[in-house]
Amino acid sequence: MDTITPTTTPTSAATPGTGPFLSVEDLRVHFPTSDGVVKATDGLTFKLERGTTLGIVGESGSGKSVSSSAILGLHRGSSAQVSGRIVLDGVDLLSLSDEEMRLRRGKEVSMIFQDPLSAMHPYFTVGNQIAEAYRVHNKVSKKVAKARAVEMLDRVGIPQPDRRVDDYPHQFSGGMRQRAMIAMGLINNPGLLIADEPTTALDVTVQAQILDLLQDLQREFDSAVIIITHDLGVVAEMADDVLVMYAGRAVEYGPAKELLTHPEMPYTWGLLSSVPDVKGDTDARLIPIPGNPPSLLNPPSGCPFHPRCAHRDKVPGDLCWTERPELLQGSRGPSHLKACHLANPDEIYRKEVLVEIAPELAEEL
Amino acid sequence: MTQADHTPEDFMTAEQARVLAPHAPSVNPTGAKPILQVENLRKYFPVKSSGLIRRTIGQVQAVDGVSFEVPAGGSLGLVGESGCGKSTTGRLITRLYEPTGGAIRFGDQDIAQTSARGLKPLRREIQMIFQDPYTSLNPRHTVGSIVGAPLQIHDIVPKDKVLPRVQELLEIVGLNPEHYNRYPHEFSGGQRQRIGIARALTLQPKLLVADEPVSALDVSIQAQVINLLQDLQKEFGIAFLFIAHDLAIVRHFCPEVAVMYLGKIVEIADRETLYNRPHHPYTQALLSAVPDVKQAAIGGRRERIRLTGDVPSPINPPSGCRFRTRCPLAQEICAKVEPPMLQVGPRHKVACHFAGEIGKHPEQPVTAKLLGVDDYGTAEPGATPSEIEQGPGFTDTWFDVNTRTVRHATPDQRS
Amino acid sequence: MIAYVVRRLFAGVILLVVMSIVTFALFFASPINPADFSCGKNCSAEQKEQVSRALGFEDSWVTQWGKFAKGVFVGRDFPDDPELRKTAPETIAHCPAPCLGYSRERTSTVTDLIKDTLPVSLSIAVVAFFFWIVGGVLLGVTAALRRGTIVDRGLVGISLVLYAFPTFFIGLLLYKFVAVQWGWVDVPRYTTIEDGGISGWLSGLLLPGITLAVFFMAGYVRMTRAYVLESFSEDYVRTARAKGLPKRTVTFKHALRAALTPIVTMAGLDFAGLMGGAIITESVFNYPGLGKLAVLANSDFDLPTLVGLVILLATFVIIANIIVDLLYAVIDPRVRLS
Repeated sequence: MDTITPTTTPTSAATPGTGPFLSVEDLRVHFPTSDGVVKATDGLTFKLERGTTLGIVGESGSGKSVSSSAILGLHRGSSAQVSGRIVLDGVDLLSLSDEEMRLRRGKEVSMIFQDPLSAMHPYFTVGNQIAEAYRVHNKVSKKVAKARAVEMLDRVGIPQPDRRVDDYPHQFSGGMRQRAMIAMGLINNPGLLIADEPTTALDVTVQAQILDLLQDLQREFDSAVIIITHDLGVVAEMADDVLVMYAGRAVEYGPAKELLTHPEMPYTWGLLSSVPDVKGDTDARLIPIPGNPPSLLNPPSGCPFHPRCAHRDKVPGDLCWTERPELLQGSRGPSHLKACHLANPDEIYRKEVLVEIAPELAEEL
Repeated sequence: MTQADHTPEDFMTAEQARVLAPHAPSVNPTGAKPILQVENLRKYFPVKSSGLIRRTIGQVQAVDGVSFEVPAGGSLGLVGESGCGKSTTGRLITRLYEPTGGAIRFGDQDIAQTSARGLKPLRREIQMIFQDPYTSLNPRHTVGSIVGAPLQIHDIVPKDKVLPRVQELLEIVGLNPEHYNRYPHEFSGGQRQRIGIARALTLQPKLLVADEPVSALDVSIQAQVINLLQDLQKEFGIAFLFIAHDLAIVRHFCPEVAVMYLGKIVEIADRETLYNRPHHPYTQALLSAVPDVKQAAIGGRRERIRLTGDVPSPINPPSGCRFRTRCPLAQEICAKVEPPMLQVGPRHKVACHFAGEIGKHPEQPVTAKLLGVDDYGTAEPGATPSEIEQGPGFTDTWFDVNTRTVRHATPDQRS
Repeated sequence: MIAYVVRRLFAGVILLVVMSIVTFALFFASPINPADFSCGKNCSAEQKEQVSRALGFEDSWVTQWGKFAKGVFVGRDFPDDPELRKTAPETIAHCPAPCLGYSRERTSTVTDLIKDTLPVSLSIAVVAFFFWIVGGVLLGVTAALRRGTIVDRGLVGISLVLYAFPTFFIGLLLYKFVAVQWGWVDVPRYTTIEDGGISGWLSGLLLPGITLAVFFMAGYVRMTRAYVLESFSEDYVRTARAKGLPKRTVTFKHALRAALTPIVTMAGLDFAGLMGGAIITESVFNYPGLGKLAVLANSDFDLPTLVGLVILLATFVIIANIIVDLLYAVIDPRVRLS
């Protein structure tokens, strides 16, 4: 994945094998409420190839989970208005009927969720729930499905899988539950796996185990993975590409290495500088982002981040207040896109941000 | 999404100066006396049988022999994974739980066994900040009555002075003092946590036990709250026992950090030592498991120590060293003898038979001679075990694990 | 599990004992002397004392409770007077175990009174229970599945109206129009199964059953709707959808199963409460049930009958509670396995 173009590329003639594996174009998810329309996702565009991982970063309410639910078609049957295109393996998922989409759910796209305790039904055994995911897409007997469930539990590292298959979710530890969720998500060998905060509820050593497992399985199945998280560390270690979301839009998008070492958008700087680093300089300072995430009902005018932006005065005029910056190529090549009016972000980052949050890195540059 | 009705712009101008000031990591005041000394603190919860008559059939050893001290005006961090007993420790110190044994010396008083009545004056001195700003505030009370309640319970100020004090407190924690008559649901998560902090400050405590104070908040808000706590510490000289699972945040906030595993402290040291030269394999594994943003420059996963399996049950903890079932270094002695908390540096204690820096762990147990056992943990006939100081603080002599000799502090290392 | 059942039963028995003591204490602390009622208007002080002794009211309530408790297990005689037993055995009423007391007003043991009236109330309650559960839950689920549509709004609206209607009004409406004016059903009259067979029994219970069910049904429509909607927002229902399960499976296997758990709890307790709540329905249709008995006993201060009824109803509530808890353990593995 070298080049990413912000504009909608013509993929109408796309057939399996050509074009990107997953292409999301101008995705909008709007929720009409009595107070007005909540624009949870408002024009999101990205691409993903098989075998690669996209990290979507943002805070609560940034639209990251809503967007991934839209890929799975989970907003169908609700009042949400979904528009744009979601092309998976040559098929626009938004143009499918509900039944056609259902047959792809869990088979071609599957999802694992943040809290595996609440995401599993408390009244059914773990094995039952995993086998159910297999049987819905494969015409096999219960016995065969259960054997397959045991096999998957074994694959994700549950000890004594033939015995644990009959346990209920509450009898599993947090890490084992998330392993079981992964087994459920991968049992039909989907091409795309969406992991929504898969390790947020887990301890660090367990988190490391789960991330290892995800990477191993991705290699084995050659799946495309979207990992949604607020933890930039997870993104740095897992993702090939990073998409930073703010107020329902992408504000920065590019290869992980490039984006995290040379971020060009003040919100990304804020995320980097507001989280202390476990390995970095002990003199590193903590600079929070002031204020609160914006309302999606009444998003701020111009750049949605301007009310919290410490660098808005560096932009001439009142551009930040009046005009929303488009997601465009920045100063560092065509693969790194940013939505910001700042003319020299790289320099500001190096001179003003990095010296505070990672003095040792600033000296190197 | 409707929060307090100030626009983001107002918020920014009112707060920007305070909030945008970069915050360096906290430093403990030098030479401060400990305000809190915890020694051999234990808390066992009984486990009842499920039979007809409910007998006590075992005990969850949630906290089992924990010793540490918190300097006046300083901070000690308590980290560990879920179920390690760190929150229970916090609740023991605030006496929300009754300790099974051990001492909690606050000032010159042991509060471990004080009666509920005797604790009342103490409740003014030790306050707690809770994790969840959504459930720890009563939704039917206004912010004013939440923050003001301690003043009335303890009958400190006359009734007509309560409101001005409440407003002053709201201002201190960065909230609009005019909002005292609003209800918690009208505030965002970060603002609610500020309310919880204001409540904890009401009685001007000397020690704050902060139990995961930021883990329920969005990342951009976490830093705001951490900075606020640092400001308060500097301004009012409050000591903190900072309990969290996030190693990076603890490192930023606490000059001294203790790592807990299955009810015990396995390593305690100053920040520099603990994060750069940890000696306990669990601390090493924990630190190596934290995903690091800087890894982006290299790509791929960070090299790390893999721990297998789950934390064992605290009802039947493993014999000897509790970490041995998951420890890459474990040998025979670890199952037989519990490693003592051994001081290995000026401000560094570790409980491991094979304590050493990563990759430099000794082949033979460093503790065997001290404990009077051979390298496999069997008692040596005729050997006399050395006295190992097990108090809460640090001493001026320690055991150097590299040279296996006792060393003494140089004058500048003395506390 | 068995240990759990035994423990619950044991606790239930203790609760029952405490409850009966409290009932006694309350009734006998009352300033009204029940002997006044028994004796009639033109009663001399001497007669009154005699009656009082015959009823056993001269003892302290503690002693009376002791006698009552003994009577439950071994039966007792009224009046329990050894002399009288010798001289005039025909004036003594024997109350065999389980004896809940003797009503002088009705010249019958309370146990017999209950034996006569309980089947009537139980019949009405069972039929009402059927209507309200089937109707309430089905309509509630329907409303939830069609949330926001005209069906949903209609069901919720109608249930609100019915909820607000007093039971006697609904009973009278049904009686007057359905039975009398339009003649769709026979004028309801209680028929035992022995006399009229199942169909006769049922047809007599149709209108009273519906009358009693309406109030509860209306409540259950709203409650079921709320629980089902809540369960749809559960994470595990989202997981079920993400697996690609058909909507039917998601709804009926995953969402409903969780939503119905609290409804089972409510229904069990409400059924027990229903036994005592049938007073109005029984009065409207003039059925000789527990409710009617309670009204009559209350009007002439027939203490033994009232005490017997209170204890009976309390027993129902306690038993229902135990059954509900056991059902819970059957439904929810988290309760069963912890």
